[in-house]
Amino acid sequence: MAETKGILGTKLGMTQIFTDDSRAVPVTVIQAGPCVVTQVKTKERDGYEAVQLAYGRARKREVSKPMAGHLKAAGAQPSLHLIEFRTDAGGYQPGQKITVDIFQPGDRTDVVGVSKGKGFAGVMKRHNFAGLGASHGTERKHRSPGSVGACATPSRVFKGMRMAGQMGNARVTVLNLEVVESDPERNLLLLRGAVPGPTGALVMIRSSIKTVADSRKQP
Amino acid sequence: MGGRITLFFRNPGQLRMNKTDLIEKPRLRDDLPDFRPGDTLRVHVRVAEAGRERIQVFQGVVIRRQNGGLRETFTVRKVSFGVGVERTFPLHSPTISKIEVMTHGRVRRAKLYYLRERRGKRARIRERREPRDSVAARAGGSAHDDQGEQPEQA
Repeated sequence: MAETKGILGTKLGMTQIFTDDSRAVPVTVIQAGPCVVTQVKTKERDGYEAVQLAYGRARKREVSKPMAGHLKAAGAQPSLHLIEFRTDAGGYQPGQKITVDIFQPGDRTDVVGVSKGKGFAGVMKRHNFAGLGASHGTERKHRSPGSVGACATPSRVFKGMRMAGQMGNARVTVLNLEVVESDPERNLLLLRGAVPGPTGALVMIRSSIKTVADSRKQP
Repeated sequence: MGGRITLFFRNPGQLRMNKTDLIEKPRLRDDLPDFRPGDTLRVHVRVAEAGRERIQVFQGVVIRRQNGGLRETFTVRKVSFGVGVERTFPLHSPTISKIEVMTHGRVRRAKLYYLRERRGKRARIRERREPRDSVAARAGGSAHDDQGEQPEQA
């Protein structure tokens, strides 16, 4: 198992590109990094191993003084985002720069982001319920969930019953996205498939945790 | 996570760009002629079969162009043995080896779906007399193909 690598980036949107054998591949363009390692957490001192990354230029006044000091200690510019991910801390030092060249085409990655918020959504939109009939006497209940349980037994609604509520605007991880291209010069990363969140959203890209060994190595 | 959008293209030249243009611009094909809905094209398509490649020609009228950038596609319609055939091609795909503009059609809308309900003479498209300069020379050579709607079978 290779060590987990990670980087932060901004989603720039989706497009498609053509492969050498003329297939169109849907890709998400991400501007990733450069990130600076601001802290390395070790088992002895912190109880777990992790690496903290800073990303995104901020104006001076947007960063609190304690935060500015923390960043300065690592030699980082004032940054908007700090994120920590678990990995073997061995190879990392504070102040180290991380760019997209940690990923090569063919690598598998997971992407963590915050999904687009849909507000308070009904069950048809949120859980793909079918709703009630359009006719046959249905009145004002066309998009309702229907029954949520039985009567005197159990005389309550079971926990976890799917109902209307907030949809989206939640942390989402998409697993196993293939790196199509990585461009260290412009800090761009092309991943096959969709990534959570709107264009301009912050995303974290890390090497995949569930990839089967043999699908990893393909150019 | 979340938070405000960070704008990274502060350098003036790139500010107004669509952000995915960074990827798309260098990949766009610039070797294809200009054409519009209503024009008659011969599209040379690379077909890979049994390990070797050959070129197939699809000739017909452009009935729409859709999307933009690298994702742009166009649809060509022809009538083959009395059956309408429409093929949609990705404009910037490497499978297109060449596009020839045979005639420029004079049409008054962007999507020529009305051609589907028409047959024969009623499906004619008038020729546009003042074709744009880039392809004018080539279109002049095939002026006999006035009807534009009855391509020979490929």
